[in-house]
Amino acid sequence: MIGYIARRLLVAVPTVLIVITVAFFMMRLAPGGPFDLEQAMPEQIRQNIMAAYGMDQPVWKQYLDYLAGLVRGDLGPSLKFRDKDVADIISEGFPVSATIGLLSIALALMVGSVLGSIAALRQNTSADFGVVGFATIGIVIPPFVVGPVLSLVVGIYLGWLPSGGLDPRLGMTVDRLILPVATLALPQIAIISRLMRASMIEVIRSNYIRTARAKGLSGPAVIVRHAMRSAILPLVSYIGPAAAALLTGSIVIEQVFSLPGIGRQFVFAALQRDYTVVMGVVILYASLIIMLNLIADLLYAALNPKVKYD
Amino acid sequence: MVFTHTPSEKSDLLEKSAVQGRSLWDDALARLLRNKAAVASMVILGILVFLAFIGPLLWVHESGEIYRDRVQMPPTWDNWHIFGTDAQGRDMFARTLVGLRMSLLVGVVATAVSLIIGVVWGATAGFLGGRVDQIMMRIVDILYALPFIFFVIILMVVFGRNIILIFVAIGAVEWLTMARIVRGQTISLRSMEFVEAAQAAGASQAAIIRRHIVPNVLGPVVVYVTLTIPVVILAESFLSFLGLGVQEPLTSLGNLIANGARDMEIANWTLFFPAATMMLTLFCFNFIGDGLRDAIDPKDR
Repeated sequence: MIGYIARRLLVAVPTVLIVITVAFFMMRLAPGGPFDLEQAMPEQIRQNIMAAYGMDQPVWKQYLDYLAGLVRGDLGPSLKFRDKDVADIISEGFPVSATIGLLSIALALMVGSVLGSIAALRQNTSADFGVVGFATIGIVIPPFVVGPVLSLVVGIYLGWLPSGGLDPRLGMTVDRLILPVATLALPQIAIISRLMRASMIEVIRSNYIRTARAKGLSGPAVIVRHAMRSAILPLVSYIGPAAAALLTGSIVIEQVFSLPGIGRQFVFAALQRDYTVVMGVVILYASLIIMLNLIADLLYAALNPKVKYD
Repeated sequence: MVFTHTPSEKSDLLEKSAVQGRSLWDDALARLLRNKAAVASMVILGILVFLAFIGPLLWVHESGEIYRDRVQMPPTWDNWHIFGTDAQGRDMFARTLVGLRMSLLVGVVATAVSLIIGVVWGATAGFLGGRVDQIMMRIVDILYALPFIFFVIILMVVFGRNIILIFVAIGAVEWLTMARIVRGQTISLRSMEFVEAAQAAGASQAAIIRRHIVPNVLGPVVVYVTLTIPVVILAESFLSFLGLGVQEPLTSLGNLIANGARDMEIANWTLFFPAATMMLTLFCFNFIGDGLRDAIDPKDR
């Protein structure tokens, strides 16, 4: 087990390093720097600015400086906000994005596994078809359609909930989080209920479930204590892809509902060619996804005695 | 009695009986045509493709034409603005068709890019096997864990929002699963009994590849291609929605949805029609993909 963890970490570290390197050199390949304005700048001023950001150094030196900064947790200064570091921008947005992401995955896991189990236990009934149909719709309709439609119908026409934004005095309140979290969770609910349905159908046909019933356990006890346990295993290995989908989805959600999270800052930075912010966010997201994939694999290995550590 | 044939006669016999019988594809086609959702989707998709590529040429309005006196008109039969007009006074029906055309183009071209990379990578790994295979698939595993859409965004930021770049970048993101499928098929086919049987029967290498390998790899690949197209369309729309994809004067469904979402409080039709068109297209591709999968690989049902 320990050897397995060590091996996985040995792969994860270079992967993160590759992400950093590729992102860094892609940025440096850019034709035209971030300080190119419409008006031509006097050569001396341009050189001074480049020197202030360390861009007059050779590229390999800049790369090593950037890596050294990363080790210290320094992602460099923002190129567009003169008084902010990339780390400031990320830490401002992080609480909002993390709250939405965690609430969404929790909601998706709960609703998805319940819906999937119901569909599996009532296979080929109208309940089952309802869940499968809902899952198909949830997978096909993208968040950038669901988000605006929900905010238009529930927020503006019905007026039940605020259609977007956060109250600057109150911050994140429940009423302002419901729509974004629901929108972000919808595709995940769909995927998780499909996964759950498939694995539950397989589990309840297995011999040990028949044994559990034969020894006289009640229906719910068999499902909850025996079937659920092994049926959720595929969900564990879905944690990694789900995290990636949530991070990507949150970019759209924050845009649609004007929430001040990392995703919104990322898009703003991308449109403004604020390279250091874009890179910082990509590195953060890539590390998060790689870490969550690792955790999911370890969890899977810990829960499933059949896994061999090779 | 069969044993009295020489190897070459025997392969002729195999060839003939295979032609006379119902082929894998006849069977698959029959199963596909029994699937009502898939057939309906094919018809609807056919109409959508026709509208997207021929429609803009026939329609009374140009997609870029600006009517200053007809800004944000709701859908109406007057002047044939059946989908209404947008904030600049452009006909929404013409714009939706042009946007759909762009989305379909991105879907097909980017999927083709992913198909080429995936098949070459997967077939090479599966065919060479051993160490090379291990290293190549290890790379695929590592790439799987990366948030590729972010790299596409970096590409867009760095090199400007070039349409060719969008095609290639999205295609280069989606080849991983294709590579896995092709590799798996190649490896399992190499050691299949019917391939060995064909070899023993004296069929030439070319005949084996043509009659046994290609049809068997083709099935899963075709299914996966049909399921990749909607994913690619979504990826492009995601970029365009954020303002990082296709740029004016070109437009795609993602662009139109973004503009519609901006104007939805006063002109909800500018959101509704592009969104409905996109959902219809995605549903069609998904039903066709599912239908093809069931038809080609019946044991999977």
